[in-house]
Amino acid sequence: MTETADPHFLRPLSAPKADAGKAVSFGSDQPLKLDCGRMLSPFSIAYMTYGTLNDAKSNAVLICHALTGDQFVASEHPVTGKPGWWTTMVGPGRPIDINRFFVICANVMGGCMGTTGPASTDPATGKPFGLTFPLVTVRDMVRAQAMLLDQLGIETLLMVIGGSMGGMQALQWAASYPERVRAAVPIACAARHSAQNIAFHEVGRQAIMADPDWKGGEYQSHGTSPSKGLAVARMAAHITYLSEAALQRKFGRNLQNREALSFQFAPDFQIESYLRHQGMSFVDRFDANSYLYITRAMDYFDLAEDYAGHLADAFRDSPVRFCIISFTSDWLFPPAENKRIAHALNAVAAKVSFVEIKTDKGHDSFLLDEPEMFDTVSGFLNSVAAQEGVT
Amino acid sequence: MNDSGRTHLRADLAAIAEMIPEGVRVLDVGCGDGALLEYLVRTKGVDGRGVELSQQNVNACVARGLAVVQGDADADLADYPSQVFDFVILSQTIQATEKPAQVLAQLLRIGRQAAISLPNFGHWRVRLSLLFQGRMPRTKALDYHWYDTPNIHLCTLADFVDLVRAQGAVIDRALALSQEGIAGEMRPDAVRPNLFAQGAIFLIRKN
Repeated sequence: MTETADPHFLRPLSAPKADAGKAVSFGSDQPLKLDCGRMLSPFSIAYMTYGTLNDAKSNAVLICHALTGDQFVASEHPVTGKPGWWTTMVGPGRPIDINRFFVICANVMGGCMGTTGPASTDPATGKPFGLTFPLVTVRDMVRAQAMLLDQLGIETLLMVIGGSMGGMQALQWAASYPERVRAAVPIACAARHSAQNIAFHEVGRQAIMADPDWKGGEYQSHGTSPSKGLAVARMAAHITYLSEAALQRKFGRNLQNREALSFQFAPDFQIESYLRHQGMSFVDRFDANSYLYITRAMDYFDLAEDYAGHLADAFRDSPVRFCIISFTSDWLFPPAENKRIAHALNAVAAKVSFVEIKTDKGHDSFLLDEPEMFDTVSGFLNSVAAQEGVT
Repeated sequence: MNDSGRTHLRADLAAIAEMIPEGVRVLDVGCGDGALLEYLVRTKGVDGRGVELSQQNVNACVARGLAVVQGDADADLADYPSQVFDFVILSQTIQATEKPAQVLAQLLRIGRQAAISLPNFGHWRVRLSLLFQGRMPRTKALDYHWYDTPNIHLCTLADFVDLVRAQGAVIDRALALSQEGIAGEMRPDAVRPNLFAQGAIFLIRKN
């Protein structure tokens, strides 16, 4: 294993003061066993930490990011220069207070922010992996995170938390390593990807693959970038992260920089302009093939499948305390799907709390200012910390 | 919480707490802010779970370190497995459920015993109020208009006893609650409690 302070993957920093994070490389003696049957070796995991690990190593909190998230949870993004994606939740004096807790967030396997993914160089060929990169699953992501924690000398996590695909990882952590996790907080997620979820992802993937610049996934070698396809994928997906009520409230039928309809296909409406902006700004920081791989990992997620179809069996005799959080207007991972997890946990007498937060902001609520969510997380984390003797 | 926690517990909840042995598994349906559940967990070492409708209350429970699921008695009890709890508690809630008979059946299915407290609509003040005022009674315990009350299925103690028996359940214990919340043993078929008790707690189980 080698550790580098400044991973080579980052572009020249526009904001030099941003912390580029750390990376751990696992050599041929530590391959990652993947669910697809292949071994990945060597590989790297890029991650960020915040706060200080206490002497008892009992205050570690792992944050798992969503599909398009990254390890920059509470600090400036080195590429975009924007603040961390969850600074409302993580930071000094925040619900996950980095003055008390040691926070770790790692870029997922298949990602494009320093962890090995399809854009990384395949050491066997000296060329980017592209579609020769093995398909990874949510369980593979979690397995890799466990290897990272081993490397950091952290045996147990006080809490693992995440929204959307991050919530899937939190569930997988509890199922795969119950003895290493004291508490899990899956937010706005499900124990399986539904047909509708898979359908939306397939639209996104097809948009990327239909872009002539995608070049069968070998765009890096061709010096092109399927940014149009990736932008369309992001636009379609972004709609699913919001709600009809939120879109109506924010945009309605308001026109963009004009008084009347143009009778052309220029973006007449604010919502069009907003989506185009979302799409275009996304391509600056995300790799198209990574998008294919990570959406696939989510599609493959079905926790019950690993337990002969019985979700409850994933958590039988689990010592983990769960707090499941859902949002009423989330139609991507509706409260009913979140509650299914709570029911499965109840069925095996696991310690589970479940809250359904009333909001019209849709799936993305977990990233937004939702005071009830902060209250739930801080109340839960404080009680877990007290029970575990973490001051 | 030390012994002072007992004094903070509402009188009817304290009476329920008395009924619960140490170390058992308890599901508190409609657990409110978790006061009773926390008391049972801390002083009786029970393995406690809760169900609560209000999100603020669920948050209060979570902050107390309790495992509480946001949901309601009418919709969510069906998802609990059978006979996994030693005790199921339903305090001052059955009269606010949509289908009290079905809720009662679920409680008897989930728990080996159920402790149910309810207000008594057969109290003499209620009876006189309707007789003399000619309007839906409003009392200190049930201070709502007929059109805004959450208590959509009020009953008398005798009515409830009938329902329990119709469900094929037996009453192991019954405690009458006075206006001050003081509990005294009562015979389920006695006439006087149905006239003078503010409410009652029944400990029931499937026969």
